Amino acid sequence: MELLNASLIDWSRAQFAMTAMYHWLFVPLTLGLGVMMAIMETMYVRTGELQWKNTAKFWQKIFGINFAIGVATGLILEFQFGTNWSNYSYFVGDIFGAPLAIEGILAFFMEATFISIMFFGWKRVSKGAHLAATWLTILGATISAWWILVANGWMQNPVGMEFNPLTSRNEMVDFFAVALSPIAVNKFFHTVISSWILGAAFVVAVAAWYFLKDRDKEFATQSMKIASVFGLIACILTLWTGHGSAQQVAEKQPMKLAVMEGLYEGGQNADLIIFAIPNPSKEKYNDDTDPYLFPPIALPGGLSFLSYSSFDAYIPGIKNIIEGGYTLNDGTKALSFEEKKAVGEKARTALRKFKEAEKEDNKAEMAVQKEILDANYSYFGYGFLDKAEELIPHIGLTYWAFHIMIYSCGAMTLIFLLLTFFIFRKQLASKKWLLWVAILLVPMAYAGSQAGWVVAEVGRQPWAIQDVLPLKAAVSAISTGAVKTTFFLFLTLFTLLLVAEIGIMINQIKKGPSKSED
Amino acid sequence: MFTYEFLQHYWWFIISLLGGLLVFLLFVQGGQSLLFSLPKSDKDSMILVNALGRKWEYTFTTLVTFGGAFFASFPLFYSTSFGGAYWVWMLILLCFVIQAVSYEFMNKPNNFLGAKTYKWFLFLNGLLGTFLLGAAVATFFTGSEFTVGKGNIANLLTGEATLGDHTLAISAWQSAWHGLEALANLRNWMLGFAVFFLARSLACLFFINRLADEDLVRRARKTLIINAVPFLITFLIFLIWTLMADGFGVNPTTGEVSMVEYKYFFNLIEMPIVGIFFLLGVVGVLWGLGKTILDSKYTKGIWFAGVGTVVTVTCLFLVSGWNNTAFYPSTFDLQSSLTIFNASSSEFTLTVMSVVSLLVPFVLGYIIYAWNALEKKKFDADDLKEDGHVY
Ligand code: HDD
Ligand code: HEM
Ligand code: HEM
Repeated sequence: MELLNASLIDWSRAQFAMTAMYHWLFVPLTLGLGVMMAIMETMYVRTGELQWKNTAKFWQKIFGINFAIGVATGLILEFQFGTNWSNYSYFVGDIFGAPLAIEGILAFFMEATFISIMFFGWKRVSKGAHLAATWLTILGATISAWWILVANGWMQNPVGMEFNPLTSRNEMVDFFAVALSPIAVNKFFHTVISSWILGAAFVVAVAAWYFLKDRDKEFATQSMKIASVFGLIACILTLWTGHGSAQQVAEKQPMKLAVMEGLYEGGQNADLIIFAIPNPSKEKYNDDTDPYLFPPIALPGGLSFLSYSSFDAYIPGIKNIIEGGYTLNDGTKALSFEEKKAVGEKARTALRKFKEAEKEDNKAEMAVQKEILDANYSYFGYGFLDKAEELIPHIGLTYWAFHIMIYSCGAMTLIFLLLTFFIFRKQLASKKWLLWVAILLVPMAYAGSQAGWVVAEVGRQPWAIQDVLPLKAAVSAISTGAVKTTFFLFLTLFTLLLVAEIGIMINQIKKGPSKSED
Repeated sequence: MFTYEFLQHYWWFIISLLGGLLVFLLFVQGGQSLLFSLPKSDKDSMILVNALGRKWEYTFTTLVTFGGAFFASFPLFYSTSFGGAYWVWMLILLCFVIQAVSYEFMNKPNNFLGAKTYKWFLFLNGLLGTFLLGAAVATFFTGSEFTVGKGNIANLLTGEATLGDHTLAISAWQSAWHGLEALANLRNWMLGFAVFFLARSLACLFFINRLADEDLVRRARKTLIINAVPFLITFLIFLIWTLMADGFGVNPTTGEVSMVEYKYFFNLIEMPIVGIFFLLGVVGVLWGLGKTILDSKYTKGIWFAGVGTVVTVTCLFLVSGWNNTAFYPSTFDLQSSLTIFNASSSEFTLTVMSVVSLLVPFVLGYIIYAWNALEKKKFDADDLKEDGHVY
């Protein structure tokens, strides 16, 4: 595989990851803050109190600043599939393109249209119509999350498709299998609800800061009340939906689960790690070095139970997955890496022979090869891989990302609980320490949210499409230099814009709700 | 059910229509390119920025949807063109990224880069965004240099290196300039300029229609003349050149691509409805421009020129893809050219997407509702404060 320039793949990956992670700085705030501001406007319409209107307007202003930069980063992401993963775009475009198109037609237009009424329509449409526009703005954003997560979920677990050797690509055969795949459904709820945590954290932090500064009291109390309850509920729901995601991962992407827990040697009654440090000097998946630096603190049988609701469930570790031989849920024996690779190579050879037969218009031979291809297609991607190690995602990164996400969830649940308790007992203003901790919610929520994507995306390496297409076969034929250049271009630009955004936001927050009514 | 061939034509129509809408909505970009010349005071400048700032999202979203719809319906184009003409597309994206934040950030305190920078961002988007999109679309008629091999994914990574050093790549761009080589072709420049000046002309018509400030409107009328003339010249050069040139025809039975004399001209004749609409579109644009220039009280030019633009551009796209024409031709290897038959999604996907497209009238419905709700009366500086959200 030396012919393929490894660094082209690395740079393309880096560029995608960088733009995605930037996009994901803004998107969760849009999704979370959007719901909060709509709730506040609802309060205004129901109570008629002007204070609520000012509160809603203040958050809408912050929303607008954030929204613009989310849109800017999203544009790059969308076109990057074509520019940097052009093989991918052809190989699965027949399925993958549809959700992106539907997202544009149904979600982005809804968002773009109603946001203009939200911003400019206060005096031009009725109160009720304005409220509806605010809700429709955030509904549009949430629908957009649905479709993009359908696309992402499909990459993690390709369903509803068939490979067509005539066109050499995968083609959709069942739209609803794609649009309602359980992975996508789980992802949607987990992602969107975890974004609500972030929105709530943001509102809580700003309110806490006003408390500490002893200003804008009424506004701060209102915002704090709504956001702390909302955050608490969102935390609990996130835990629940995250559990659903983990079950999906256990079933569909066992290697990801093993790496998330740093599990080399699996078994029945597998433990759930509570705290451990993966051993960075472990070099091979099958050497004798201990996987952790010290014996982990773990919940006995927890992993088996959480994954399959049974302590007896068998969870394969990294070594088991590579070596195969254990019994799968459907009763068959798991194949080893070498066996899967042989199957994948058979499929690729059959495709090559099919293409040759097609040139000679040899229908009989085509039929023969198609049959071989179909029978072996499920491991098509393994035919591109050289050695077993390629199958293992980055362990340290995935492991830590997963645990940071879980720790952040625990810590935030506790903090939201305390905030809720004290704000409703009217004792929050005197709890200075808690107000400072409340401000820390923002970095915690960001850490959890970004870490979640690292788990999802790093944990599925080397696959662009699980088991079907590895990254090295997905990339465009462009020069490494070109990708490097655009990488730094976007990095610089996004960083400048991020700094600008933060500056503007801080300024608006300092100015405060009472003066933002201009 | 509808045939595969019908669906392929239908989706080329949708792409064409989105292209037409996009070019019309580029009036926002055109307006941005006037930000240094048209306003005479800060107040003027603020009025223009806000008038455009209430519309930019439509253009942007149309661009995004154009991309998404192209991906879903003609994935081979998405893969070949974006991955190959890398630099042109990246430049286009860049100048839309800088636009997206500029309205919101420009006049906010503490915005780090300063209002001037954001104004330049808007200007650059107006200048380059329009020109490059025009030039990129021109390659639909003039061709690019690439090869496509659908079965390449099955290649061994060694030995069968037919496409440079990446044997698995489905398509390979054959010019090291990766898209920028399109600028070596004068015809591409002509359409680039035409789109640029058209966008500016449409912006003037938009201002004339929307703004209450008489002085600004007067200057917009002057600017209109200065831009309408070069638009007409460059557009006519492109048009006549293209109608006289050889085009890329496809043999419907074998799928073979070959050069055909006067292909695009005959497409207009052989598809008389497209031909008639094309003419009507051009007349609409001319009417909108001409009447506004000649009649200093007339303010409705944007509607004629706007609808005219949508129709004309849609028809141009149709001419490039319908009637057995290769819509994304390769001059390097004719047989690699993309046609609506060899580049489209599967029949199933096109069917699904066609069902989705039935929702479009509903989307258009609420866009029209919102547009009307916000545009009941002409626009001046006082409204800005009233409406609350000022850029
Ligand atoms: C629709 C699909 C999709 C979606 C919604 C996302 N990604 Fe992704 N991501 C990909 C599709 C993808 C990809 C195209 O498939 C990449 C490029 C290379 C790769 O490994 O997969 C990828 C890579 C990739 C990597 C690099 C992994 C590695 O190289 O080991 C990271 C860290 C992320 N992504 C992070 C994110 C974040 C933070 C997202 C949140 C917005 C996100 N992704 C959304
Ligand atoms: C590769 C993946 C992604 C692509 C290609 C993508 C594409 C885009 C594009 C093109 C826009 C601008 C739309 C406009 O013109 O209004 C956008 C904005 C947005 N995207 Fe993404 N996106 C991706 C990931 C995500 C994810 C994972 C989510 C949510 C779960 C999401 C949610 C949003 C939202 C809410 C917006 C509105 C703008 C904002 O406030 O940030 N996107 N995205
Ligand atoms: C204890 C609680 C949590 C559990 C058990 C959990 C579990 C998971 C799992 C297993 C994934 C990977 C899904 C996949 O790869 O398909 C994931 C992804 C993710 N998590 Fe969590 N999570 C928890 C808390 C959180 C919190 C608090 C946040 C954010 C504030 C968060 C944000 C995310 C995001 C954004 C993703 C990526 C999207 C996705 O794949 O669904 N999670 N989570």
